[in-house]
Amino acid sequence: MYAFKYEKPWSLAAAAALLSESGDAKLLAGGQTLLPAMKLRLAGPSTIIDLSKVPGLSGVTREGDNLVIGALTKHVEVMNSAEVQKSIPALAHLVSVLGDPAVRNRGTIGGSLANNDPSADYPAAVLALNGTVHTNKRKIAADDFFKGLFETALAADEIIERVSFPVPEKAGYEKFRNPASRFALVGVFVAKTKDGVRVAVTGAGESGVFRVKEMEAALAKDWSPKAIEGVKVSASGIIADLHGTADYRAHLAGVIARRAVAKAG
Amino acid sequence: MPNVTVTVNGKSHTVDVAPETLLVELIREKLRLTGTHVGCDTSQCGACVVHVDGAAVKSCTMLAMSADGATVTTIEGLANGSTLHPMQEAFREHHGLQCGFCTPGMIMTAVDIVNRKGGNLDEHTIRDELEGNICRCTGYHNIVKAVGAGARAMAGGGKSAQAAE
Ligand SMILES: Cc1cc2nc3c(=O)[nH]c(=O)nc-3n(C[C@H](O)[C@H](O)[C@H](O)COP(=O)(O)OP(=O)(O)OC[C@H]3O[C@@H](n4cnc5c(N)ncnc54)[C@H](O)[C@@H]3O)c2cc1C
Ligand code: FES
Ligand code: FES
Repeated sequence: MYAFKYEKPWSLAAAAALLSESGDAKLLAGGQTLLPAMKLRLAGPSTIIDLSKVPGLSGVTREGDNLVIGALTKHVEVMNSAEVQKSIPALAHLVSVLGDPAVRNRGTIGGSLANNDPSADYPAAVLALNGTVHTNKRKIAADDFFKGLFETALAADEIIERVSFPVPEKAGYEKFRNPASRFALVGVFVAKTKDGVRVAVTGAGESGVFRVKEMEAALAKDWSPKAIEGVKVSASGIIADLHGTADYRAHLAGVIARRAVAKAG
Repeated sequence: MPNVTVTVNGKSHTVDVAPETLLVELIREKLRLTGTHVGCDTSQCGACVVHVDGAAVKSCTMLAMSADGATVTTIEGLANGSTLHPMQEAFREHHGLQCGFCTPGMIMTAVDIVNRKGGNLDEHTIRDELEGNICRCTGYHNIVKAVGAGARAMAGGGKSAQAAE
């Protein structure tokens, strides 16, 4: 790991000031992505800004029709939250199949979203549930947040504070794990809300998480696995690597989507 | 150089560390507690698992600075003098190790599972919960047996891990 300066600010304003002062500083949340990247020297920030002492960034609350999760809320806290289990059980399930217990004890929702790994689980939930990412500067709708491979709409000096999810009528997440890394080879999150149906696929897109509008239209008419049997996901823009061809992943996306709908009930 | 204060296995230490020091480096190189191993250094194998404030974490994937003020338990903190912790005893009894490199992490993870889920663990739960711990020797069967037996022993009034933390 390259040497860096370590800061542990006690307020969001101080964290934001440190972040804009130094050009290549990085925020540290759970460190489950950033530290491995730094050890491999894929990242070499001059300053690390540890968010752990910034108050108000952690915890789950229900605000009216929204479930709100603080950026620094750990995966294990979301998994065990009675409020999450009650409001959006599919989300609690998603976190229970994310990583391993030690990773879940450190990793956070904010870090996962800011990182936007094309095989990460949370992006599928945020996109399918039509969530909103609240930063220290603005609110960003899910459709505008995910910008491509490891890219988001976040500016260099922007900090995620929390994420809000409109509570759906029904939702389901199904993940087909890569047998080695356990990341999603394909994961599909489906949600039915009063504003319609949304289907988001992770693990498969060359530009990260994406929606499948044809499935959404079919499910809006008939919420059942059968309704999307005929819908094919195109293999163009789908990841092809040693773990699976584009055709394989595209086919898998259909299978997994049907399972996700069945699971949502 | 900044310093951190950590309580490791009941003893408080204040140590100067460079910011890029990992928790595992603090434990092994500064405190000379070499029971905690580094298997992969890429956050996958779990050989480095310790408990930080009662929760299992991969100590190769946490900065020492982030542990300032924390209470840490390592494999050295489990036994009571020359009496092994019930989970250690179960690994010995059931041949839950061959080379032993993964064992400290396996045992720290196993104790954490029992702390969270109790002493009555089925095989599926144990295998699922050991997802972040890799063993290149045993094929896991005896590890799974050992964790099940160790969990029952812990629940059956052996020295509880909580008391050790
Ligand atoms: C062995 C292993 C298995 C894993 N398996 C999975 C899996 O199956 N599915 C999955 O989805 N993920 C998986 N992960 C990744 C894990 O979920 C990470 O916790 C997560 O991707 C990053 O969260 P973090 O809190 O650790 O972020 P960090 O590593 O601390 O930060 C990641 C990035 O986000 C930025 N950041 C952090 N917080 C904020 C914020 N509030 N505002 C703006 N930027 C911020 C950081 O600057 C950094 O660039 C795995 C990780 C490991 C090590
Ligand atoms: S050495 Fe920490 S996970 Fe392998
Ligand atoms: S006993 Fe050798 S790695 Fe597990």
